[in-house]
Amino acid sequence: MRSKRPIAATASALALALALAACGANGNGNSGNGDGGGTSSGGAVTSLTVLDYYNNDPDKALVQKGLDACGTKLGISIQRETVPGDTLIQKVLQQASSKTLPDVLMLDNPDVQQIAATGALAPLNDLGLNADGVIQGMVDATSYQGKLYGLAPVTNTLALFYNKDMLAEAGVQPPKTWDELKAAAKKLTKPGRYGIAFNANATYEGSWQFLPAMWTNGGDETDLKSPQVAEALQLWVDLVQSGSASKSVINWTQGDAKDQFVAGKAAMMVNGPWQIPALQENPKVKWDVVTFPLNKPDQTPVAPLGGEAWTVPLNKDQAKQQKAADFVKCLNSDENELAWAKARFTLPTKTALLDQYAKDVPSMKAFAEQVKTARSRTGKLGDKWPDAAKVIYQAIQLALTGKASAQDAFKQASGG
Amino acid sequence: MAQATLTRSVAVRRQRGRRGESLTKVLFVLPAALAMAALFGYPVVKNVVMSLQDYSLRTFFTGQAPFVGLKNYAAMVSDQLFSQAMVNTALFTIGSIAFQFSIGLALALFFRRNFPLGGLLRSLLLLPWLLPLIVSSATWRSILEQDNGILNRTLTGLHLIDQPVPWLNSPSVALIAVIGVNIWIGIPFNVTLLYSGLSEIPDELYEAGQLDGATGRRAFVHITWPNLRAVAGVLLMLGVVYTIKVLDIILGLTGGGPANATQTLATQSYERSFVDFKFGEGAALSNLLIGLSFLFAIFYLRSTRRAVDE
Repeated sequence: MRSKRPIAATASALALALALAACGANGNGNSGNGDGGGTSSGGAVTSLTVLDYYNNDPDKALVQKGLDACGTKLGISIQRETVPGDTLIQKVLQQASSKTLPDVLMLDNPDVQQIAATGALAPLNDLGLNADGVIQGMVDATSYQGKLYGLAPVTNTLALFYNKDMLAEAGVQPPKTWDELKAAAKKLTKPGRYGIAFNANATYEGSWQFLPAMWTNGGDETDLKSPQVAEALQLWVDLVQSGSASKSVINWTQGDAKDQFVAGKAAMMVNGPWQIPALQENPKVKWDVVTFPLNKPDQTPVAPLGGEAWTVPLNKDQAKQQKAADFVKCLNSDENELAWAKARFTLPTKTALLDQYAKDVPSMKAFAEQVKTARSRTGKLGDKWPDAAKVIYQAIQLALTGKASAQDAFKQASGG
Repeated sequence: MAQATLTRSVAVRRQRGRRGESLTKVLFVLPAALAMAALFGYPVVKNVVMSLQDYSLRTFFTGQAPFVGLKNYAAMVSDQLFSQAMVNTALFTIGSIAFQFSIGLALALFFRRNFPLGGLLRSLLLLPWLLPLIVSSATWRSILEQDNGILNRTLTGLHLIDQPVPWLNSPSVALIAVIGVNIWIGIPFNVTLLYSGLSEIPDELYEAGQLDGATGRRAFVHITWPNLRAVAGVLLMLGVVYTIKVLDIILGLTGGGPANATQTLATQSYERSFVDFKFGEGAALSNLLIGLSFLFAIFYLRSTRRAVDE
């Protein structure tokens, strides 16, 4: 009797150890997706965590509607977290290092390739998703090394807003060429008012605003020292040096440009459709939008694509990863694209939806046209785009402050 | 019997006590040492290690940061903005501290005289210090705006200038404007410390000095300044350490622009880490900043030790 005891004790200890090991394995499996509560024992996914940066209403509530609709459709609950736009990447980095990335992650489209390059995202092709019918520019932005890593239901771009009353008063037609733009801006400038407002600050935002001019004129980010790029920069320089645009553009954000426009201190502005809700709050300002003017009449306007893509971070829990991919697919259904585009003044990313959309929402007509030919910032350079963007905004700053001519600015900014 | 046990136990306790005493000393130091190691040692060591690694976006996802030796430091020194950032940091630090200190001293001397509402005014003077820096810089950004800023409007209204001054828009003026704002923010700190330093000087010294004919400027040179030197030393040392790493004010006002005219080591370090995601190079730059601050701290400690020895 006595002699058997140690054996029993050993056996029970062994059983306990096995049980603990089993628990441990389970725990590891769950901590991988950073949620834990989502997977029930049978493997059925009951909830997904979502991270995005639409942290202000009305966007926040409008996006929530779309998320909830897809959640209901897939029979899951959504745990959503929103953070301010400029802190999203930092948040993602924190979550990545603590292995607590959400199941579905929203990223600004030029960031998708950079994050995909780190190996954090699941290729969507393997999960049954594709980008059929999506405008090429967006496909370029959300693909990395031939694989699709994100899908953007809606997009936006830049065009030229103008104040109808001011143009009518000055007898100016909305400009179609750069010469007309310069002449119009000059004519519309008077004490206390500038002809045009844009953003040329030393951030990626300043580079983004420069792209319509640069790309429309045939400039390319792979060859920033080309005469076409210099010509585009000369347009910015001319507008500022003639006094048609404020010298403060080198510090302005797009929000500042909009504020100037709303306050009647600028007759035109380069800006995007996300400003429309703010413009509608000021019914006194009568405005319209045209595509970005051309340098030569035979050019087509090429603007950059904005908007956010939804991605699926890699997840050890296959069922959950698949559900997250299904969720992204649902967000990119025709139905949701149109709903979000209409409610949030953005544009559907599927070519087939654009024409009907422009008819339904006339204020977005110029943007809908602009989007068809628009390019993505990361389409050619991929995760090297930030380097080029930096050279672009540095060159703009050098030229607008008179430290370099438009011809030399890019050379100087790129350190050669 | 009872007596004997007692004495023995006291003796044992004493013996143990001696050993315990040194243990107690260690135990007293331990929490502070642990706190130092965790809160100061770890970040510094981590920062040094990081500066020797290729610490990029990828590192956060894979946990891998290859060792690259001094490559980050080489990249830092060879960057085309490095020398400009060094010069700007020096100008920013020296300019800020010179004016903060002299204006602060003048105001402290002024408030030393008792006059009605002096206390209230002195506490109002603290306001710039109480405002969150990001609020101050946003406010100053609108004040310094070229076209509609209140400063240019006032100056043109007073016919002091014909053309609006491009405070934040011209590479040749922006650094001066940024230094000006930093001086404004730093004055309260200087006034407060210098005022308390002045209050420490006993009135008898001035009375005795008066008998010997030391009044006005001579009283300042022979009584006030020698007694204020210790406070001034601390103040200048802290000033350098605070100012050399100023980030939020510059980011809020100019973001380092226009055309990099207000880039300092601190803004460059921030940009490397959080815009370019080259955390290794960012760490190299911040190590340089830590090193510079450390130099000033050593300089200060040595000068005070000499003062104590005297």
